[in-house]
This record gives sequence, C-alpha cells and structure tokens, in this order.
Amino acid sequence: MKAAVMSDSFPRNPGTPLAPDWFEDVQVNRSAAERRAATVAASRSVKKDHQAAWLLRAIQCIDLTTLAGDDTPGKVHRLCAKARQPLRPDLLAAMGVADIGLTTGAVCVYPTMVPHAVRALEGSGIPVASVATGFPAGLTPLPLRLAEIAYAVEQGAAEIDIVITREHVLLGNWAALYDEIAQMRAACGAAHMKAILATGELGTLTNVYRASMVAMQAGADFIKTSTGKEPENATLPVSLVMLRALRDYGARTGYRIGFKPAGGLRTAKDAMNWLALVKEELGNDWLRPDLFRIGASSLLLDIERQLEHHVTGRYSAASHHALS
Amino acid sequence: MSIKDIMDSMDYGPAPESAGDAKAWLAARDHRLGHFVAGTFVGAENASIAVENPATGETLAHIPAAGAAEIDAAVAAAKAAFPRWAKLSGFERAQYLYAIARGLQKRERFFAVLESLDNGKPISETRTADIPLAVRHFYHHAGWAAALHSEFPDHEPLGVCGQVIPWNFPLLMLAWKIAPALAAGNTVVLKPADLTPLTAAAFAELLAEIGLPKGVVNIVHGGAETGALIVRHPDVAKVAFTGSTAVGREIRRATAGSGKRLTLELGGKSPFVVCADADLDAAVEGVVEGVWFNQGEVCCAGSRLLLQEGIATDFLTRLRARMQKIRLGDPLDKSTDMGAIVSARQKARIHDLLAGAQAQGYALEQSACPLPAKGHFVAPGFFADTEPAATVSQVEIFGPIAVTTTFRTVDEAVSLANNTAYGLAASVWSENINVATELAARIKAGVVWINATNIFDAAAPFGGVKESGFGREGAHEGMSAYLRPATPKRRVAARIVPVDLTAHTGTEPIAPAIIDRTMKNHIGGKQARPDGGASYVLRNRKGEALALAPISGRKDIRNAVEAALKAGGWAANAHGRAQVLFYLAENLAARAGDLTAALVQMGATPGEAARELRKTQERIFYYAGMADKDDGRTHAAKPRHLTLSVPEPLGVVGVAAPDEAPLLALMSLILPLIAVGNTVVAVPSPAHALIMQPLYQLFDTSDLPGGVVNLVAGDRDALAGVLAEHDAVDALWYHGSAEGAARVETLSAGNLKQVWTNGGLALDWADDRQASGRNWLDRATQVKTIWLPYGA
Repeated sequence: MKAAVMSDSFPRNPGTPLAPDWFEDVQVNRSAAERRAATVAASRSVKKDHQAAWLLRAIQCIDLTTLAGDDTPGKVHRLCAKARQPLRPDLLAAMGVADIGLTTGAVCVYPTMVPHAVRALEGSGIPVASVATGFPAGLTPLPLRLAEIAYAVEQGAAEIDIVITREHVLLGNWAALYDEIAQMRAACGAAHMKAILATGELGTLTNVYRASMVAMQAGADFIKTSTGKEPENATLPVSLVMLRALRDYGARTGYRIGFKPAGGLRTAKDAMNWLALVKEELGNDWLRPDLFRIGASSLLLDIERQLEHHVTGRYSAASHHALS
Repeated sequence: MSIKDIMDSMDYGPAPESAGDAKAWLAARDHRLGHFVAGTFVGAENASIAVENPATGETLAHIPAAGAAEIDAAVAAAKAAFPRWAKLSGFERAQYLYAIARGLQKRERFFAVLESLDNGKPISETRTADIPLAVRHFYHHAGWAAALHSEFPDHEPLGVCGQVIPWNFPLLMLAWKIAPALAAGNTVVLKPADLTPLTAAAFAELLAEIGLPKGVVNIVHGGAETGALIVRHPDVAKVAFTGSTAVGREIRRATAGSGKRLTLELGGKSPFVVCADADLDAAVEGVVEGVWFNQGEVCCAGSRLLLQEGIATDFLTRLRARMQKIRLGDPLDKSTDMGAIVSARQKARIHDLLAGAQAQGYALEQSACPLPAKGHFVAPGFFADTEPAATVSQVEIFGPIAVTTTFRTVDEAVSLANNTAYGLAASVWSENINVATELAARIKAGVVWINATNIFDAAAPFGGVKESGFGREGAHEGMSAYLRPATPKRRVAARIVPVDLTAHTGTEPIAPAIIDRTMKNHIGGKQARPDGGASYVLRNRKGEALALAPISGRKDIRNAVEAALKAGGWAANAHGRAQVLFYLAENLAARAGDLTAALVQMGATPGEAARELRKTQERIFYYAGMADKDDGRTHAAKPRHLTLSVPEPLGVVGVAAPDEAPLLALMSLILPLIAVGNTVVAVPSPAHALIMQPLYQLFDTSDLPGGVVNLVAGDRDALAGVLAEHDAVDALWYHGSAEGAARVETLSAGNLKQVWTNGGLALDWADDRQASGRNWLDRATQVKTIWLPYGA
C-alpha cells in the first residue's frame, strides 16, 4: 500500500453552517477522559509481527516534520530523502515489505521551504504539507494569514496546516472562529486543510471538543492537536476528545474527518498507543494516512530502532539509521 | 499471517502472558494444596476438591475441605498466637505487614497470573487492579499498625477473627480481611472460596517465608460447611464475611447471642444514574468499568442503569457501539477485556436470570463477539428497557449484564435509585455540580462515585448500608471494625427487674390519684393510648401501685416507626439539632422537680435522683455539643480525587432500655442517636415506665419535633422483637437480658439491620468512658464514602 495524497475515495468535508447547538451543551469530564486514555494504553498489547506491522503503518502516517528557525534547503532535502526511504532496505526486505513502497505520509515544513521540498519529493507521490497562517501563534492579521496560505499552495503544498486563533476559543467567540477558519479553507482551494487547535492553550477539554466541532463545521479536512510549540502538545486524553468530536461530526453529516496528533509522540510505544486509541474509538478505517497522521520529527528514529530489533533480535544503535 | 497482511488487517494479534511460573508452582506442589495452620501446611493428602480454570475447564489443583478437627486446630493456633501478637508493639506488627506488602510486590506477576488462571478474570485486570490494590492494602495497614498508639488510644484487639471471603477478588478480599485484622493485633482464621483458593495458598507460603509468627494467620480450605464451622466456633471473637446476602443472613442468625463482632459486606444492585447533562461518552465508559469489569462479578457493579429520558436513546446507541469493542476471550491475553465466568454453576445462574427476563418479554442485547468453544463465557450485554418491577431489575445478576430504566427528574432518579433492598454503591453522572452532589447526598449507599465508578483505595472506606451489610473496610473505619475500646475486664450481668405485665382489670383497688397518673405512649409528638387498650400497674420497690402504664403491642410499634420515618427531616441540620438539645438540657433543669419526684418514687434516694438528673443534663450537653462535630473526613486516597467520608444517621433506630438508671440509661441511648440525626422508637424499662410522662413533657416543651423520639411502653423483649423484625427499622440498640439480646440478633437477620446489644451485661451509666463518647456516635452513624475526581 502506498502512502499518498489524502485520499479522495470518500467525499471531502464541505463544512456546514455554524451550528453551536452541536457542541454548546457538550461537557467533557477530564478525569474520565484521562481514565479512558490510560485504560486503552494499558489494556492493548501488540507483539512481534503484529507490532512490526503496526509500526510500519505508523511510519506511513508520519508527517515528517522540520519547523525550526534554522531550516535551510539542505536540511529540507535531507528530510525529504528520509521521507522517501524511511527505513533501511535490508530491514524492509527482512520483514517482507520491500515492495510496498514505504514512505512517510508527508513532509511538513514552513511555507518558504515548500519549493525546496516539492523539488526534493518530485515523483515520489509524497505530498508536501506547509504550516501557514502565522504559525505557531497565528496572531498576524487575517489578510496576511490568508495570503500565506495562498503562497504555500502556489508553491506546491498539497496540505496546509493552519493554526486557529486561541482567543476566539478562550472567549467563546465561535462565530469569529468559524468565519476565520472558513476563509482559510476557501484560501486552501484544492489543498487539504488541517486545523491546528493548539489544545495545550485551550484550557479545558470541553474547549477542545468545541473548537474541534467549529473547525469541522468550517470545513477542516483534518483536526490536529498542536503546533509542537505549546507547553503541552498531543496527549492521549486530548486526542480522545478530538476523536469523539470527529466521530460525532461524522454521525451528523456523514463526512469523514482526519486526525493528526503532533508534538509529544517520540517513541514507538507512543505510536502504538495512539494507533490503539484510534482503533478503539473509530476503527480500522482511521488507521490509514488519508485519515490519520502523526506530526513528528524524532519518532521515526525510535521506530526504526524497534523494527531493527524486531528483525535482528539485537538492540539497535541510533547511528545505524540514516539521519533526516 | 505475513507482516504485509497484518498491515491490512491491523489486528491486535495474540499477546499471551506466560502461565509457566504459575503452572510450575502448582506442579511443584503436585497440584495439591493444603491448609496453613500454625505455620505448617497440612492436609494436602486429603485434597478432594478440584480447582478448575474456568476459561479452559482444566483442573489446576485439588484442595482439602477442613472439617471440625481442622477448624478446631486452626482456631486453637490463632488463639494461642493471639496474646503474644497482640502484645507486640504497633511498630513490630507494622514491620510484618510491610514485609507482606513487599513480598507481594516482588512477585506481582506470579500472583496476577495465578489469580487469572484460577478465577478466569483477565490478566490486564489482575495486573492493574487486584494485585496492586492488595499490595496497597498491606502498605496502608502497615501504617495503621505503626500509628495505632496515636490513632486508636485506649483500644484493644478483639481476638481470633474468622474471615470468609468470596471468589470474585480472591487475593484482594484476603488483603481487605487480613491486613486490618493483623494491624490491630488480632489473629486470623481465613477461608478462601473453594472455587478460587490458589492465591491464598501462595500467600500462605509468603507468610511462612517472611517469618510471620506461627498461628497468627491460618488459612483453611473448604466450602460452605467449612465456613459455617468457622463462623460458629466459640473461640472466634469476630466474624468478617464478604459474599451473598443470603449467606450473610445465615451468619447473622448463627452468631446471634454469641457476643461475636460481625461485619458483613454483601450483595448489591447499585444504581448508575446518568443525567442529561452528563459527559455521555464518559458515562458509557463508566458502564464498561462498572458492569463489564471483572465479568460483572462485582458486588458493587453499577448494574442498574437509570437514564434521564431525554438522553436515553443517545446513550444506549453509544453503549451498543462500545459494547462491540469489548474483547472477550483468553484471560491470559494482555488485550483481553473480559474473561470467563468463575464456574459453570455461576454461568448457569446468569443464564437462568436472563432467560427468565426474556420470557417476560424483556429484550436482551449482547455483544456479537464470538465465545470461545471451551470455558464459561458470557458476552457483555444489557436490557435496554426494564421496569423496576422486573425480577432482573431487582436481583443481583453477578454477570456482565445491566438493566435499564429511564427517569424524568432528579427526584425521580433518587426514588428509583433507592428502590432496592441493597445499598452498597452508586455511580452518578452529571457535569452539574449541584445535581451530582444532590444525588450523592440522597442516594442511600455506602459508596458513591461521582462521574466515576469502581474506584477503590485502602485509604477510603468501603462497605454498604441496608441489606448490603454493615461495617467498613479500609481507612480509619475499617480499622475500627477490628478494635474495641478497652473496657473493664469484669462486667456483671444486667439486673432484670421482674414486672407483672398483666392487664389491670380493676379487681385491685387503686387510689383515684394513681389512676389519674396513667402513662401513655408518646408517638409522633402526641400522647397515644396503646392499641390494645390495656395497662399494667407500675409499682415501687415495696410493691405499692404508682401509676398505670400502657401494654403496647405490634401496632403501637408500627405506628411509632411510621412517625419516626416521617420525622426524617431531623437529619438535615446539625446546628438545629444542637440547639434543640441545648434547650432540652435547659428545660431539664426547669422540670427537675417532676423528674426527681419520679426517680424517688421508683426507689432512688433524693441524693441519687439529683445526681442522676445532673448526669443526664451533662450528657445532653455533651451530645448537643457533638451534634455538629461528628463531621467525617477527607481521605488521602488518590491524586486529584476529593474523597470524603460523611457520617450519616442510620435512619430509624429502635432502643430497648435497661432496668438501670431509669432516666440516665434511657437518655444515654437516645441522645447519641438523635444528636447525629436518627429518629428513635424507644421502649423504656418496663419497671421504670413512670419516667415517660415527665420525659415527654420535657420533649414537648423543648421544640423536639414530633416523631424524633417515640416512647412505647410494655414488654421490653416482645417490643424489641417487633422492632428487630421491622424491615423499616434500620438499627436496634438493645439493653436487657442475654437471652433477649440473642433473640433480637436472630430476628434482625430479615433486613440485616445493625444490632448493638449489651450482651446481657450491665453498664455503669454514670461512667462517661463506658456510657458515652465517640464510640457511641460511631455506632449511631455509618459513613458514606463519596468519590469526586476533579480536573478542569
């Protein structure tokens, strides 16, 4: 199976009019969400070949990311090379998956890095995702944020990771939030839009649910936890709440929304926990890159080492795997 | 299956926990396990009871059944070990308990696997719940042992504790029983369930290994007959039982009159209330944790779903979807959520109940998950709509099946929740703090979880009310159940004054002045003639007629209990109760003349009468002062949980007063009860019923609301018997003869009310240490533990 651009095998979410009654009465109980998240992690165990398969699937769902102030074309080229060849060929062969064309789900960069990434990934089928809209704080004027989306799309980004204005959530200004995201969605055009909620700055899980619902009503294709720059990034309880929100949106509209946890997933065990959570809450359909992405930079290396251990039975050194 | 195939299926795949160590342990013992008596293992050669792995049908081991000789030996060993063990310092006992905790912790995996093999419960639960909670219990109680001198001054252990535990949480229930018993300085004879004896046997080896003194803990195997031998053994000072309400009743009867202390943790049919403003997904997970946890074999399972009507359909839709995700199968697979039912018999019992409900037309929905070919498996499920009148809504299923009823208002939810003979636990779901706390306050249960369910910790008391039993396990309350206030060693039998209770027929000439002094019963704040319309003659010590007093009967008790039930609002306001009691003390002084005269007429010297009056006034002041000070605790149980134990009144309490200190004894019994909010039906000493009239005149002038204290005169033992049998009476305090005490204990088995008697022994009512104090308030209340997890 080949990771590729977000699938259009199901219709894209066109959004709905703002419908506060879908979320205003919803209250999320944090303790209960934390218990559920902890239970999933503790009561699902995936071993041996199954674990290897799950980790390969996790690689296919990674948005391999560099979002640093010192990014350069050279760094982006290295990242793209790693996205094309995330795992050593000998390991792929040993696991019988040399022929599946394993790549990451996408690469994710700043807008000015998009052209370099597009060139580096040419012919690979791997989409380039760009953050936009004044990432990570999102507090530049709206016209500039919309222009930034247009720029990234024009440069060849197939996916745009926008950030929402946290103020609108914290003040309960749902109409303003909805209008802004809807305009961003319009600016994305054919490019798929992931709405970063920056959940670590929303205060409550109830706000996470509400912001998720507004983003989907405004036309988000994916909802994403974090920029990776907040004090707290993706957690299992936050993810649980977002998964339930997109489940509820799907039940009302029939549209499927993708989910992207980002920041905070660093180990193979993290990846397994998130896959299990998604499988438990939404089912296998959401275990594919068209509906599930993991925003990460260091996660891949830990998965590589786990998979090498699976193949050889020996613990693996970081230096045995190519840098991105 | 290739890795490529798995990438398509994304199945979990098998994740078996190895049973190797546990099976090797069994093999090394030739699959025969003996009793552990006086530090040695005995009786394995007589092992005749097969212990089955309920998930496979395989026989894991055999155990013997202890008969009278073995139980005698075990009790004798415990009795012999008691003096030395009790005399150790708390610190020394704490070190043993600490060693037990450490020993368990060091082999957590072994115990988890053994428990899973034996009971059929999934390894994910034994590893995250059963074993860690057992370890925690021993650590917690090592702490109680070390702190005994500061936390329980002037208390002493009881002696040999006979403990009988169930099969649903074998090692955890063992820990709940043994840890507090040992911490307090008692010794133990414990019988694990014959279905699940393995971890207890392994635990016995751990005790030998850490060098616990011989005889301090004895573990004997066997079935119900063995349990009965322990319960009835004359040298057992305390019986602690966890199991069915039916067996609880038998134990109540079997121990009546024996002087044995008793705690019973029995069945339940706990309500699970989901309000419209709940986090519905959270509540659905609550059902998973409440009803489908441990295959539903949980006494406190929230198996009665009460759903607010507006969200019932939505909730059940979510529940249906969630149910299909439950993974049922090999208990030793780490991804299994639900394992096997403990035995074929238990599975058949569940099936019979389900079939009965289906025959009545109730639709059962169960998960479509495939059931393993071997073993006793029952798929998780629920009835989407069952009226309270359905049998399956009333009886404990003890399997993974919930029943469902809707409600319209919070008031109706409370009514439905309390519409059960049980009162073990409740789970309430609302994001509105006002609604959630109102439900927690009004539902009658020993444990209430707000927006949670099945949370346990050694630092929070657990136990039930009503027919779910009495006594608490864990925390200060749990320790109290294994200690008693140090009492004078030599006590004398209570003096029983013979009274001629034949009806006055007028054949004996009685002065008109005396006929005018006719006591009436005092019911609901009004004077009431006895239903039978007959009176007996009250006499002084010389036999001279003093007055007439009612010969009351069943209907008078019935009326008094009705009045006491109606006065339940008395419980609401502690400050208000204190004010009334202070006013009562004030008026006692104002009415000293009448009261003193009555006491003197009944035989006291003026000096004695004045002292009794003075002591009574002092005691009223004490309980008036304590009315707003018996205010519970918060527990250091779990992070980010507000865990409270709130003392609540028992409800309607019957009192039978002794033939000692006519005013002081009666009031010493009534006062602690009403101070904490109970309402009382009291039977005064038949010899001293003359006190009634000045007493109810005192009540009437002191703003004591009608029905809070009802006085019914007549044959003490007959009336106490009616109270003991009355299902709406929640407790009974009896002070009379030893035979009378035994009788009311026997009769109380009907609704398992708490009965506290003098055992036929006299008290010195003027001695504050004997006849008043915290212990009395504790006896007058039971704690409700409320768990409130929080987090924005």
